Amino acid sequence: MLDYQFHWRAVLADLPELLGGAVVTLQVTALSVIVGVPLAVLLAACLRGGASARRPARAFIEVTRNTPCLFQLYLFYYGLGALGLNLPSFTVAVVAIGLNNAGFLADTYRSALQAVPAQQTAAARSLGMSFLNAFWHVVLPQMARIAYLPTVNQVVWAMLNSSLGTLIGLRELTGVTQFLQSRSFRTLEFFLLTAALYYVLAKALMLAAALLGRRLARGAP
Amino acid sequence: MISLRDVSKRYGLLRVLDGVSLDVERGEVVCLIGPSGSGKSTLLQCVNGLEAIDGGSIAVDGEAVHGRGTNINRLRQKLGIVFQQYNTFPHLTALENVALALRVVKRMPRRDAEAAAARQLAYVGLDGKADQYPSRLSGGQQQRVAIARALAMQPHYMLFDEVTSALDPELVGEVLQSLRKLRADGMAMLIVTHEMAFAREIGDRVAFFQEGKLVEVGPASQVLDAPRDGRTAKFLGRAAQ
Ligand SMILES: Nc1ncnc2c1ncn2[C@@H]1O[C@H](COP(=O)(O)OP(=O)(O)O)[C@@H](O)[C@H]1O
Ligand SMILES: [Mg+2]
Repeated sequence: MLDYQFHWRAVLADLPELLGGAVVTLQVTALSVIVGVPLAVLLAACLRGGASARRPARAFIEVTRNTPCLFQLYLFYYGLGALGLNLPSFTVAVVAIGLNNAGFLADTYRSALQAVPAQQTAAARSLGMSFLNAFWHVVLPQMARIAYLPTVNQVVWAMLNSSLGTLIGLRELTGVTQFLQSRSFRTLEFFLLTAALYYVLAKALMLAAALLGRRLARGAP
Repeated sequence: MISLRDVSKRYGLLRVLDGVSLDVERGEVVCLIGPSGSGKSTLLQCVNGLEAIDGGSIAVDGEAVHGRGTNINRLRQKLGIVFQQYNTFPHLTALENVALALRVVKRMPRRDAEAAAARQLAYVGLDGKADQYPSRLSGGQQQRVAIARALAMQPHYMLFDEVTSALDPELVGEVLQSLRKLRADGMAMLIVTHEMAFAREIGDRVAFFQEGKLVEVGPASQVLDAPRDGRTAKFLGRAAQ
């Protein structure tokens, strides 16, 4: 065991395939954020609303936050499958991880929403803006500034969570790694390389986030 | 004309507005004075429909503010309001603060909206500050951004709610200067103020407000120098100290 021979050449030859998996990982991550963030905003608005809006939103959040993400993937993949609704694993990963994102971000967004003074809305409405325009142009940008960092953390979480897609047959980075190592038996090399790729992806996301965040921070005291 | 007829409003058991009737004609300046908590802010918020009323009616150029068929977003464009706490949008520059509603509400192209916004900033003496964020501006400058922002919609009436109360004394003058300029240009205004000297100077009429009721309305010099109601006299006596 200790005289394990590293064979990187064979592994590097498969790098394009591995990167293909990384692309799928990024696609699932991006789409799950596109699903999750607007839904979290909606949930946050519901949490600030009356009981008939607040209760279902709260129930949804409780379920998504207190059950394993893998279970949520299974629910959509095998659960809906049992009902005869067979969704592709890519779709299931996007939806399940997207809903998971929403559940985890909703309370953060609620407090961000609360932190924007009601007077800001009043000022916007007094200029003749509709409720939606006031929300979109005045409240949301201020909310985004507060909720930005937690959102970035959630994006990284979503990226790491997407590896669970392997277990429903998704060929993302982990899935491809699994396949390649079983074909070549260069298990350790592949796992080390993939770990490095995940690390680079996470760091790249954080870097992109920091650049984007500078724009959001405009006007901050 | 802004026309209030027997307007009443309550918060729970508290009668905040109690049978208020008042007209503000085009081009007229009416100053509203009265103790804190008497309902002056509430009155202004009702005039532009930010608050509902429980009785009576408020009409602007004949259109009921709280009427069922009223397009309140359109009606509000006739009514600029400036608040005590400037409420500038912190994520936008001074220019963007003024241009936003022009783009979103009046649907002006960005270039035109920004040109119009620049003119309004110049009007309130903020030509050099267009690209500054509110966090970099003094209270007086922020308040003038808020005035420019309201003026940009080309309202027929301006409502001012103690716009100098949150300011350091040395910044009050620059804001009052903007109001004087508006008066000279014939803007109709309803001004809530604690500055009696300013009310006398700028007001065509002064209305004294107490406990949700309009106690006395009349020409500025009459109400301030020779009040007919004992309550007005008492308030002015206390305010003079
Ligand atoms: N949203 C509200 N809910 C309950 N009471 C309120 C609200 N806004 C104002 N009030 C009360 O109504 C009264 C009048 O307030 P306001 O119009 O702000 O007076 P003013 O501007 O003359 O100081 C005060 O007693 C105040 O506490
Ligand atoms: Mg007030």
